[in-house]
Formats: sequence, C-alpha cells, structure tokens
Amino acid sequence: MTSKEKTWWGVAGVAIVIYALFPIAWIVSLSFKAPSALNNGNFLPGAPTWENYSLILTGGASDLFLPALRNSFGICLIATAISCLLAMFAAYAIARLDFPGKKFILGTALAVAIFPVISIVTPLFNLWRNIGLYDTWPGLIIPYLSLTLPISIWTMSAFFREIPWEMEQAAQVDGATTWQAFRKVIVPLAAPGVFTTAIIAFFIAWNDFVYGISLTSTEAARPVPAALGLFSGASQFEDPTGAISAAAVIVTIPVIVLVLLFQRRIVAGLTNGAVKG
Amino acid sequence: MASIEMKNIVKKYGDGFPAVNDVSLDIDEGEFMILVGPSGCGKSTLLRMIVGLEDITSGDMVIGGTRVNDKAPRERNLSMVFQNYALYPHLSVFENIAFPLRLAKVEDAEVQRRVNEAADVLELHEHLERKPANLSGGQRQRVAMGRAIVRQAEAFLFDEPLSNLDAKLRGQMRTEISRLQRRLGITTVYVTHDQTEAMTLGDRVCVLRKGKIQQVASPRELYEQPVNLFVAGFIGSPPMNFLPAQLEGSRLTTPFGDIELDERRAAAVAGRDLLLVGIRPEYFEDASLVDEAKRPLGSVFTARVDVTEWLGDSQFAYIPYEAPDEIRTQLRELSKELDSEELRTQAIVSIDATSRIREGRDAEFWLDSRKVHVFDPTTGDNLTRDAEAGAELTRLAAEDRVDQVQSAEGEGISAA
Repeated sequence: MTSKEKTWWGVAGVAIVIYALFPIAWIVSLSFKAPSALNNGNFLPGAPTWENYSLILTGGASDLFLPALRNSFGICLIATAISCLLAMFAAYAIARLDFPGKKFILGTALAVAIFPVISIVTPLFNLWRNIGLYDTWPGLIIPYLSLTLPISIWTMSAFFREIPWEMEQAAQVDGATTWQAFRKVIVPLAAPGVFTTAIIAFFIAWNDFVYGISLTSTEAARPVPAALGLFSGASQFEDPTGAISAAAVIVTIPVIVLVLLFQRRIVAGLTNGAVKG
Repeated sequence: MASIEMKNIVKKYGDGFPAVNDVSLDIDEGEFMILVGPSGCGKSTLLRMIVGLEDITSGDMVIGGTRVNDKAPRERNLSMVFQNYALYPHLSVFENIAFPLRLAKVEDAEVQRRVNEAADVLELHEHLERKPANLSGGQRQRVAMGRAIVRQAEAFLFDEPLSNLDAKLRGQMRTEISRLQRRLGITTVYVTHDQTEAMTLGDRVCVLRKGKIQQVASPRELYEQPVNLFVAGFIGSPPMNFLPAQLEGSRLTTPFGDIELDERRAAAVAGRDLLLVGIRPEYFEDASLVDEAKRPLGSVFTARVDVTEWLGDSQFAYIPYEAPDEIRTQLRELSKELDSEELRTQAIVSIDATSRIREGRDAEFWLDSRKVHVFDPTTGDNLTRDAEAGAELTRLAAEDRVDQVQSAEGEGISAA
C-alpha cells in the first residue's frame, strides 16, 4: 500500500468511526446534562453533573431501574446459557450425524428467526396470562429462546463443521466414547464458536423491547429496555431524557465489557495447526 | 500384539458400489503388512474397517482370535496414525501423547513414565510442553506416532502417514517407522499409494485394485514374480515396459528384436498369438558396456533414442515404439488405472551412467531375456510366473523377519 492509499484508508476509517459513535457520544453527553440544559443545543454539557445517574441509581427512578437491571441480567444470562447448551447439541447433530429431517430442522430454525416478533406477541400475551407465565422470568426466557436458538444453532453448526472429522475419530480410536470425544475434543475446539454464539445470543436477548414491554407489568420481571420507556421526569412537566440517557449508558457498559473480555477468545484461531501445515 | 484375520470382507456403500470386494487376508503377529494400490482401490476403507471407523457389510474381522465386527473402535485396542495426524490442537504435546492413557484412567506417575518413554523413542523431549500448532510437519508426525505407541495396543494402523511430508523428510520418517516397528515387534498395517514405501517397509505387500486383492507377497516376489499386468505395472519405478510380441515357436518377435524363451516359458505361452512382454528398465543395457560373458544370455537390438535423463548415479533412455491399436488401448487403460498418464508407447530403459548414448541417434542396446515375463493381453495374467520361485522369495522374507524380531527382542532383554 502506498502512503497515499494509507492516508485515504485512515480518513475513511475515522469518518466511519465518527459516524457510528456519534449517537453514543451524544447519549453520554446528554446523560451528564442538567434537565435545564437538555435543550440548549450544545454538544458538550456546560456544567457536567451526576444528577441523572444518582436519580436512577439511588433517587426517585431507582425503584424502576434497579429491579429492571437485575431482571435483565438474570433473564438474559439464563436464556443465553440454555440456548447455548441446546444449540451445542443440536448443532453437533446437524454437523456430524446423518438423520432424516436435518434440512427441515435448519429450515424451521430459519423460519422462526424471520418471523416478526410483533405478530406473535398478542397471542402470547393471552396465553401467558392464562397459564400464569405473565410477568415472570420464565415468561420472558421462553420467548427469548425462540429468538436466540435459531441463530445459535446456525452459527454453531458452522463452527462444528470446521472441526476435522479425524479429531473425533482419533479420539475414538484412542479409547474415548462418543460422549468423551465430544466433551474432551470437540467442545474445547468449539470454544471460540460457543463464546461467539453466546455473545450474539446475549445481545439479542438484552436488546429486546417488544416482549419486555408486552409480557410484563411489574418489577417482578420487567427488563431494562421496557423500564426505560416508562421513565418519567421528576415532575410531570419535566423531560426524562437525561435519566433515560444515563440508563442507556449503564446498559451499554456490560455489552462493551463482554466484547472486550471475549475479543481474544473469539478471534483465537484455535484449530490452527490441528491438521497438516 | 495380535494377528488380524479378514475373511471375505465386503464393504458396500449406500449406492451398492462395493468399495472392498471379498477380501480375505491374514496378517501374522508382529508382521508389517502394506496395503497398496492406486487411489480408489479401497485400501483406506479396508484399514478403517479394521479399526472400526467404517461398518463392515459382510465378512468376518478377527483380531487376536476375537471377532470384532460389532465392537466400537475403543473396544478394539488398536492405535492409528492418521494422514493429517489429527493431533488435538488444544492440548500440549505431552497431553496429546498421554490422551489414550488419561482416557484409560492410568495413574499420573505411570502416565509420566510412559509418555517420557515414548518421547525418548521419538526424540520429542524438548517439545513436550509445546502446542501442535508450533511444531513442524515431521515433529507432528512423531507426536502422532507417540500417541500410537504410548499404550500397549494390539496393532498399529497407519493411513498414508507420510504423504503430507516433503520428499527428504519422508525418507527419514520411513526408516524411522521401520526401525520402530522392528523394535516394538508389533503387528502393523500400513496404507500407502507410494510404491517405494510399500517396497521398503513391508514384510508382505497386499496389492489392491478396485476393491479386490491382486497379490499378497513379499516385495521381492511382487517385483520378480508379479501375478498380472496390474501388479507388474504398479510395482517398480520407473515402471515395467510392456511390448507387443508375436509368438513363433519359442521365439518372441518384438519391436526391439527377437527374444528367445527358455523351455519352461515357451511351454507356458505356447499356442498363443499376440502377447505382451514385460521387461523391467534395468534388464536393458547399453550394448557396448555389456561383458562378453554376459552377452549371449540376452539379445542385442538397435533403436533410436528419444530422450535421455542423466541422474548422476543412473541414466534413463526413452525409446518410442509402434504397437498395434489393440495393445495401445490396453496399455492406455492400464496406465490410467495406475494413476499415470501415458500418452505415447515408449520404453524406459536404464543404462549405465557412463554410457555415451545420446538423444536422437540410433544406438545398440542389450536386453537380458532371462527375466522377461509374458502376459496375456486380454486377461492381463502373467503366463510365465514361477509360483514356486515366488513362494520361496516370500518364505525367505518371512524367515528374515523372524530373525530380526528375535534379535530385537534379544537386544531389549540385554538392555533391560
């Protein structure tokens, strides 16, 4: 690459980063503004204040926000764990075994994934109320599985297909049962794939709004995105934008932490050197 | 250590195609058996049926006196080296070698001792803590062998273990495998398509073609007394030359002059018309360099040399010849089956490296007619095969093997 090309790539990169991060910077800036300064038109908060954060963490909005944060973490982690575990077995079967209906399962998974959430939320609302799942954790975990499982199965079966068959056959010849071969050879090799899948599944569940707002009514199960929509200002005439921004910043943090934490695991080419080189 | 017996083994795939067709083969305890053949001959399938990675359609697989058809790979106690090594990339070299022991729940101290022993044999000590990704091809190969020898398996199975290495390393590893097998005296089945490996490693070699056994014999017998055109063409490099010949009494008329057959061979081919004569490249020589004493044992002919290849220690000359269409198609089919692409009918002859024969000129060649074989062009059968002489060669090879194993054991005892 010539130096001129390098400059252009650099300029384009910076432009894209600014374009992508500007809204986030804006939200961060808003979260530090006092309610009176929200509409002053300045990008930087003139007098930065922690007021909004204290409002949602310890102040009036904390009974709305903190339980929601706990719900979101709990529900999303459980949904991610279950969907990863199920997807691991399903994907292994799809990648390795020849059974009738394999195409059908993959097709169905895809169909479920493209089905609009909004169209099933009303019947689900009625059903959940009748069987007592409305406004409970399982009441959200189950629909979240329907969102996360298809994508998990697809990504993981792609990862499993990458693992050479010989690995497993070698393990079997070395004296492993099918289960031992799976646990001691395939799972460690598929670890980067499992982490990637887990992160994607977690984001999908974490970002859900429609199920969250429709299938809950109290702090017993209401997740953060739904709670944000219910924020109100300190008085009826006050705009809750500052508090919402602060909450948005707080819910973004776990996502960023997750990516930073597992970034190396995701990119680690673990199968490198498994076969000939 | 155990013997392996195969009785009428058949492998049919879903479409009914028999990849392995009625194979019966007995492998003795401690024997080094090679399965060889061109691609698609069913050799790998056969090996995978021995180890249990492939179901057996019909027939009996008996290992150490027990029928194992319905046993899972882990119950057969065999160890296998895969073509691409199949090392576990997430484990260190030590843990890779220890893997079978860990599965068998061997005590930690015992694992240490045995892995170190294997590492001694294969000179892997300085690499034990590394990951397979950081090793060279030859080192990976050794780790795969370490994993195979670390437990007391009934037999070793190798599936084209050297095909991913470069030529120089391949030669080294070949001798390494040979030494290891002799030292451990363990039954070994080795699949390859490389006839050099087949000739140098095997006590006996099993030549397969389209799922059927052609001949099972010592390398010497295969070379000197091949059972048919296929085996004759497959074993030997450069390959045997096949010339069309007309029979007149005990005299064969070929494009390279007349060849006089001895009584036994003349009787064997009598009554036929068109024949194929098989002559190995080294049965030829530059006529001017042949001893006067040897000269009458063969015939001399003149031919135009197309190309010569001087390799320092040896020299090859290529001599084109005309053949009837019938023979030409026959030879083309044969070479296609042997994975080579022979476009012209030409003989490759080996001449002394000092020979001054040059390209594009007529030259005099001498041909040793004592060792030529005569084949039936339609069936491919070797008409002049001396079964007794062949069996004698294989018997001698078996004796050698017993000797070698005993002396290796003797060394083992004195070392202990």
